[in-house]
Amino acid sequence: MENKKRIVIIGATSAIAEHCARLWVQGTTVELTLVGRDATRTERVAADLRVRSPQSNIRVVQAEFLDPIAIQTVVDAIAGHGAVDAVLIAHGSLPEQSLCQADLTTCHEALDINGISPVLYAEAFAKHMAKTGHGTLALIGSVAGDRGRKSNYVYGAAKGMVTRYAQGLQHRFAGTAVKIVLIKPGPTDTPMTAHLKNQGAKLAPVEDVAKKIVDAVERGQAVVYVPGKWKLIMWVIRHIPAVIFNKTNL
Amino acid sequence: MRLVSSWGRLSACPHDVLVLNDRSKVSNVLAGHHPGIAHGMGRSYGDVCLNPEGVLWNTTGLDRFIRFDENTGRLTCEAGVLLRDVQRLVIPRGWILPVTPGTQLVTVGGAIANDVHGKNHHVHGTFGDHVKLIKLVRTDGEIIECGPQLRSEWFAATVGGLGLTGVIVEVEIQLNRAAGPWLETETIPYANLDEFFQLADDSEAEWEHTVSWIDCVSRRGGRGLFMRGTPRGDFDRLEPQGHKLTMPLLPRISLVNRLSLPPINMAYFYFKKWQAGRTVTHYEPFFYPLDNLLEWNRMYGPKGFFQYQSVVPREFGKDALQAMLEQIARSGDGSFLAVLKTFGNRPSVGMMSFPRPGVTLALDFPNKGARTLKLFERLDAIVREARGRIYLAKDARMPRDLFESGYPRLNEFLKYRDPEIGSQLSRRLMGA
Ligand SMILES: Cc1cc2nc3c(=O)[nH]c(=O)nc-3n(C[C@H](O)[C@H](O)[C@H](O)COP(=O)(O)OP(=O)(O)OC[C@H]3O[C@@H](n4cnc5c(N)ncnc54)[C@H](O)[C@@H]3O)c2cc1C
Repeated sequence: MENKKRIVIIGATSAIAEHCARLWVQGTTVELTLVGRDATRTERVAADLRVRSPQSNIRVVQAEFLDPIAIQTVVDAIAGHGAVDAVLIAHGSLPEQSLCQADLTTCHEALDINGISPVLYAEAFAKHMAKTGHGTLALIGSVAGDRGRKSNYVYGAAKGMVTRYAQGLQHRFAGTAVKIVLIKPGPTDTPMTAHLKNQGAKLAPVEDVAKKIVDAVERGQAVVYVPGKWKLIMWVIRHIPAVIFNKTNL
Repeated sequence: MRLVSSWGRLSACPHDVLVLNDRSKVSNVLAGHHPGIAHGMGRSYGDVCLNPEGVLWNTTGLDRFIRFDENTGRLTCEAGVLLRDVQRLVIPRGWILPVTPGTQLVTVGGAIANDVHGKNHHVHGTFGDHVKLIKLVRTDGEIIECGPQLRSEWFAATVGGLGLTGVIVEVEIQLNRAAGPWLETETIPYANLDEFFQLADDSEAEWEHTVSWIDCVSRRGGRGLFMRGTPRGDFDRLEPQGHKLTMPLLPRISLVNRLSLPPINMAYFYFKKWQAGRTVTHYEPFFYPLDNLLEWNRMYGPKGFFQYQSVVPREFGKDALQAMLEQIARSGDGSFLAVLKTFGNRPSVGMMSFPRPGVTLALDFPNKGARTLKLFERLDAIVREARGRIYLAKDARMPRDLFESGYPRLNEFLKYRDPEIGSQLSRRLMGA
């Protein structure tokens, strides 16, 4: 078999993931596996990538995102095709905080899809990467995971879990060839945040965010804020004393 | 609600912006939220893509390719794909968009809805001439597939249809063969309109692209630079590096004014005249000279600017141009960007398409309120008398009678309108 880079994207219909995929197929040919819940939508993303890069191999896998057994099966099958070079775990949804407060089912779903599910996928891939001693595993966290804030702490808690989890994986794989990358995007211009944009929020263009992610995966950088300014902003947010922080309206 | 401006920045009004990004869900979005109007890159100058206090269906999330047959040059894509992304995809594979406007930062849907033209109208007509299939979604959920041979009346209404017949979701385009990204180009100075027409007539047989810059400030009666280009295949050079410059701030006043304009125009004329002659040029700087100067529209200051683009039939062309240039030179306004081009004889596919046989003049004017509008009234009179029309993609103020006389197929077109779609332009010129 030829030496095409093998990349897997979980949650391939997310706007950030789709733009990362476009960058991956641009210029070079890759072997790309797109995992999504909705087969039709994932197929549509795949068709676009095939036009962009007819020489790449692009596969679509439909998968369940919450059931651990199903996740294990899907990941084993993908890894069974050969060692994976990079995995991007990109799925998630931005729940409305007030709905999470009003309804435990919504709250539960938000925690599941943004926290538990990415961790389970990562854990399943980590097992294979530990075996082959090869690969980069990238998780999309969020700046919201850096400090709980009243405006989105349920989402933030789930993303905070991803942060802690990635730290642990980095510790586990320290000194090996396996790289764990944690990406923390600030508010990005995607369908998920369209309502924020209508409220006047300034959002980072998704193409720029994707470019930074693809670069970070290439370098195997441990933690990356995109855009970079969020590193400083979140440093400040994390260090504001609670007495002051709790008086703010963030 | 979000403040949205079009390219001329004449207004910034709140809009309820809904992003379309899943082509199978467009009808759901349209059904729940209307009246509205599709909005691509907002590269139209006036109000054709605006709907203040109402809904905008932003199409830029519909940016996927669907199919590309490298053997036949047929490309199917979603309507929000940028012409830039099409060009960058297909040129390395030996194909090219047959028609492209002066910026590639526009969507395929926007290019169809305004039935845009390029420097090669005399050879390849308008963008709509190369569209083979349109999938249109109406606000009542109906999906209409149309093309030159399929429900062709819907096709003729939708090409150049200003977004008013429905939302274009998918498009199939026939591309042209291209030998590579290079063109042989030539710049020739001319001293007056007679020379311009002579050059145009002499060039059109052998040069695929022709366009000219005209000095609208000089009172010497129409001096300018004629530029022509034709694809060249036998070149193997490095691609140019794109340097992007952005207008950093919004200047408090227009940088384009009576003091700045004459010296800029003079310098441009002499500089280019000095550079005149033949050379080999990459397609990007040749077709899209302004695209690397991001947001250059800001240089006109906070009040924005108008573009006035008219076309008049050839038989009245010279007199009408002369008269317009005289009015502009007398007003002292006008702008650096003054473009003169002849259209070929091919009738446009769209009922409301702008291009028609004749000669077209396009100029930018900083918005100076009543004074600018007064000048436009004088230009309108000339266009009216010469039986010409004004380009709706650039318009923000033309009077209704000139619209109606310029677009004689209006009544036929109105039958295809979607009753739940409207823009500021449609209310201004069609009453709803
Ligand atoms: C620097 C510059 C140079 C230009 N040069 C030329 C030129 O040489 N020739 C020329 O003809 N034009 C030219 N133009 C004008 C430009 O090509 C047109 O205005 C074009 O239509 C803009 O496309 P857009 O995607 O920005 O659409 P918008 O401006 O957002 O919308 C334009 C129209 O298209 C409709 N529309 C957009 N998407 C859809 C859709 N999916 N379905 C239905 N309707 C839709 C909108 O409702 C609106 O009526 C130029 C503009 C600029 C800024």
